[in-house]
Amino acid sequence: MAKAHVYNRDHINTDEIIPARYLNTDDEQELARHCLEDLDEGFVDKVSEGDVIVGGEDFGCGSSREHAVWAIRGAKVQTVIAKTFARIFYRNAINCGFYLIEAPEALDHINDGDEVEINYEAGYVKNKTTGAEVKFKPLPDFAVEIINDGGLLEHIVKGTTD
Amino acid sequence: MSMTITEKILAKAAGKESVTAGELVDACIDVVMCHDVTTPPAISMLVEKGLDKVFDKDKIVVTPDHFQPAKDVKSAELHRRLDLWARRHEITHYYKVGRAGVCHALLPEQGHIRPGEVIVGGDSHTCTYGAFAAFSTGVGSTDLAAAIATGKLWFKIPASVKLVLNGSLGPGVYSKDVILAIIARIGTDGALYEAMEFVGPALSEMTMEARMTMTNMAIEAGAKNGIIAFDDTTKQYLDEHLPVSLRGAKSRRAGKAISSTGTSEIAAPAGGGLAMTGGYTVYESDADAEYAKVEEFDCSALEPMVALPHLPSGGVPIGECAGGQMDQAYIGSCTNGRIEDLRIAAKILKGKEVAVRTIVVPATPTIWKQAKDEGLFDIFYDAGCVISAPTCGACLGGFMGVLAEGEKCVSTTNRNFVGRMGSPKSEVYLASPATAAASAVEGKLTDPRKYL
Repeated sequence: MAKAHVYNRDHINTDEIIPARYLNTDDEQELARHCLEDLDEGFVDKVSEGDVIVGGEDFGCGSSREHAVWAIRGAKVQTVIAKTFARIFYRNAINCGFYLIEAPEALDHINDGDEVEINYEAGYVKNKTTGAEVKFKPLPDFAVEIINDGGLLEHIVKGTTD
Repeated sequence: MSMTITEKILAKAAGKESVTAGELVDACIDVVMCHDVTTPPAISMLVEKGLDKVFDKDKIVVTPDHFQPAKDVKSAELHRRLDLWARRHEITHYYKVGRAGVCHALLPEQGHIRPGEVIVGGDSHTCTYGAFAAFSTGVGSTDLAAAIATGKLWFKIPASVKLVLNGSLGPGVYSKDVILAIIARIGTDGALYEAMEFVGPALSEMTMEARMTMTNMAIEAGAKNGIIAFDDTTKQYLDEHLPVSLRGAKSRRAGKAISSTGTSEIAAPAGGGLAMTGGYTVYESDADAEYAKVEEFDCSALEPMVALPHLPSGGVPIGECAGGQMDQAYIGSCTNGRIEDLRIAAKILKGKEVAVRTIVVPATPTIWKQAKDEGLFDIFYDAGCVISAPTCGACLGGFMGVLAEGEKCVSTTNRNFVGRMGSPKSEVYLASPATAAASAVEGKLTDPRKYL
């Protein structure tokens, strides 16, 4: 079961997702231990594999550090659902093969702790706790292609060997 | 078809006659900037995927800066990985400690940035280089890896926002105040995915250093890039900083070639771009180019600005926050660590003593030496400041001035997010070097105009 960790706030930035004091490493497991530390110190203790993070506008603003995506992925979060995403964070996630969901109404229909189920192809999040359904526009084809290949570098390798 | 300067540069880089906002293109990269935090993971990815190559060893510029000289064992390991890779691939432009500096000050200073080029760097403030009429944007490690190996990246052509800077800045008001006022008005996602194109009479009067402060913070409004058209000020800076063989511009408007020896007539340039045999290509927005929005700012009415915690959009005029007690002042970074910034701060600090600990960080070794030779170090020393080696250091809470719980810092940097400069319970107030210096003297947020 995927549990929603809801942060009803805009501009959750990369310094909150993974503070720069941990940028002296790029080890994903180590970064994961500090995921969202300056936003919610207890996050890493309550997150389980497959859970989702829900946020407001401009999620991931700030630094270009891909460490932010790695920390979230390392914490075994399956996706982030937000009203909008900051540009570099969004791009980094696609390049890492990590799916993001832009759903402007998510915060209206998902509460902290709700159980959710995501249909990526059809483009909706089902809130199993309340029964509500939140639609989203699936990522564009080129982005899905990169994600399906496992990330941009895998996509490049595949492109040169196809 | 009419295009903005950003569209023209990306069209050229994609080998197309024209592009429109929203279109996806594969663009060739002219310069790739690499530093010590995001490049080592990119290198590891390339090795792991069997792509350990560089597309052009002359077009990659490497400088450790975030944690240099190494602040601890882990950052030393990052530096070692960067060093081994740069030497393995015989990277031509590799700045080691002693020559290394804050990347966004170092690359223009060392002549690596030219108009008309596409530049990417593994750092969000790579947008700084747009001050030179170039397309420049920050990327993460995977993009960086792809750019290093292939010299190409995918881009969505951004729509452009035009920011018209009218009037003229008053004494004690600087480009930092302008960009803080802009972000305060449009918000930290006010230009999300867009190009911020700065124009106007107040901009024309600014030095390249001052312009870089503005393009540096384009990312703080969510922009993909910041960009400023080429003019005599750009040309003069480039004539002073580019290698001789690369000086001189070719305009994309038919009939004008600008070179270091003057303007002469040339044939209309051919379709997709010019063969580069030296010099650089100047692109301009068409008069009827399309903009997503146009914002006008009256710079004459502007006061010194301070962005209150915890967003760069928290800017208020100094009159609304003066008197707030500080624990530290920080003068440096890719936003305001250039020689002009240090001169402005020194002018205010001369003959005075600081009331709070004050850290001065010249952004590059050249700036460090200039400041020393000009006697600025004496002024800083006499005032009780500490002068650091060039580094990003405490701007991102790395080292050389991190904040304790409850502490407040007035800083010339670009971000005041929660925990940015240290404890998540510390606070950062963004301001110009003049405001930071005046605040250092009084130990509280202070209008610098009283010290002019």
